[in-house]
Amino acid sequence: MKTVYLDHVATNPIHPEVLEEMLPYFKEHFGNPLSIYEPGLKAREAIEKAREQTASLINAKPKEIIFTSSGAEANNFAIRGIAYAMQNKGKHIIISKIEHHSVLNSARFLEKQGFVVTYLPVDKYGFIDPEALKKAITDQTVLISIIHASPEIGTIQNIEALARVAKERGIIFHTDAVASAGNIPIDVQKMNIDLLSMAAHQFYGPKGAAALYIREGTRIVPLIYGGIQEGGRRAGTENVPAIVGMGKAAELAKRDMQKRIDHIKPLRDKLIENTLKIENVILTGHPEQRLPGHASFVVEYVEGEAMLLMLAAKGIYAASGSACSSKALKASPVLTSIGIPAHLAQGSVVFTLGEGTTAEDIDYFNETFPQIVSRLREISPYQKGWEGMEDASCTAKK
Amino acid sequence: MSTVEARQYDDFQLKFLDEPMEADATTDIIYMMCPMHLLTIEEKMREIKVGQVLAILTDYDGALDDIPQWCRRTGNEFLGIYEDEDHYKFYIRKTKEKR
Repeated sequence: MKTVYLDHVATNPIHPEVLEEMLPYFKEHFGNPLSIYEPGLKAREAIEKAREQTASLINAKPKEIIFTSSGAEANNFAIRGIAYAMQNKGKHIIISKIEHHSVLNSARFLEKQGFVVTYLPVDKYGFIDPEALKKAITDQTVLISIIHASPEIGTIQNIEALARVAKERGIIFHTDAVASAGNIPIDVQKMNIDLLSMAAHQFYGPKGAAALYIREGTRIVPLIYGGIQEGGRRAGTENVPAIVGMGKAAELAKRDMQKRIDHIKPLRDKLIENTLKIENVILTGHPEQRLPGHASFVVEYVEGEAMLLMLAAKGIYAASGSACSSKALKASPVLTSIGIPAHLAQGSVVFTLGEGTTAEDIDYFNETFPQIVSRLREISPYQKGWEGMEDASCTAKK
Repeated sequence: MSTVEARQYDDFQLKFLDEPMEADATTDIIYMMCPMHLLTIEEKMREIKVGQVLAILTDYDGALDDIPQWCRRTGNEFLGIYEDEDHYKFYIRKTKEKR
């Protein structure tokens, strides 16, 4: 059976050049980077090279990169570390309503510790209004965290404008760039970003390697106390092969970024164009200002999970967008934030393309998906419309 | 800090200052624990010239013992400590290049 992987926002296969770079650090260069003899020094050098490569991807300084084990860890570190470091100055934090749960739940945790959190609303595309951000700031605000690109609806936030608001008020600005870093250009200097989370497996690096960029001079409370690894800010013996892989993946992402975008964007557009020909399908997120390989929809009268299972039976692997809908069968907060009512949000489906996606893959998808939707609608209790759901209007329809 | 204090530690005088001093370089290691205060001093002292003053901002209480001792061991001049609201400012004058 032909298989088509359209879930690149969940994770990516490791790039062969990345794997090649990592292998010696599982074998002959197995040393602990803190050891002062040759194998340790080799490992230390490799980590510092990876730090330079990772920093270069976002125009940061190597010393501003702290390696972590995941994007979620980087987000936890940023939110809690800055909040605790700044709590003598103020205890107000601003995030958006479409943050990843690693930001959202860190903020909720801080609320229990006496912090006040403002959850900024978004418009029908998922954009945050810089004017609304300005109004939300108080003299107690110490941190603003806004996601760069939503993995669920693909929208790329105007981070530069939002970070400028923070800078004008002297407030620390963090962005969760896990879905965007390595896939679209990021320049932390130009964009006035103070902290940024990124994960290697989002750009063909290994899982288990991620990073938090922390602007030089920013005070932060360490997430893990212990040894002197990562400047004493994230203790624990380093995952050397994974960090080496992250560095190589960052180098390749910088080198091949435009080529990758030029490859996936036309294919993605073809997928969107074809899918929108199906009746009662809504594109979620912004039509243009979105991640280059990202297409997300809500399909009326059918369940997202049913579509995914039928697609998988045809060898097409995709996602419904959020753990809320796929695991907890709850409406995704991101979709409800952009005005999708709960009953429609259940029909969410996300397709994300990667450098290995081919025109044949998209043709196969375009041929298969309408048939699946049609089949599911035939057996849907709502095949004649949303009877009994009239009050739940959708404000995100174009 | 309101008064000048002096505390005896072994044979070393721990000198508290009434006012913060001028420094040629500053390193902020607030929230960093042992041994980052000592590793950071080593690194920063390499970056300044002989005769220049380094200020170290830390909230680590162990630094009260460790930094003056480090100065004594390395022969650099320990100028004193200013106790700020929630952290200490240590001042060290570089007296020689490390071999």
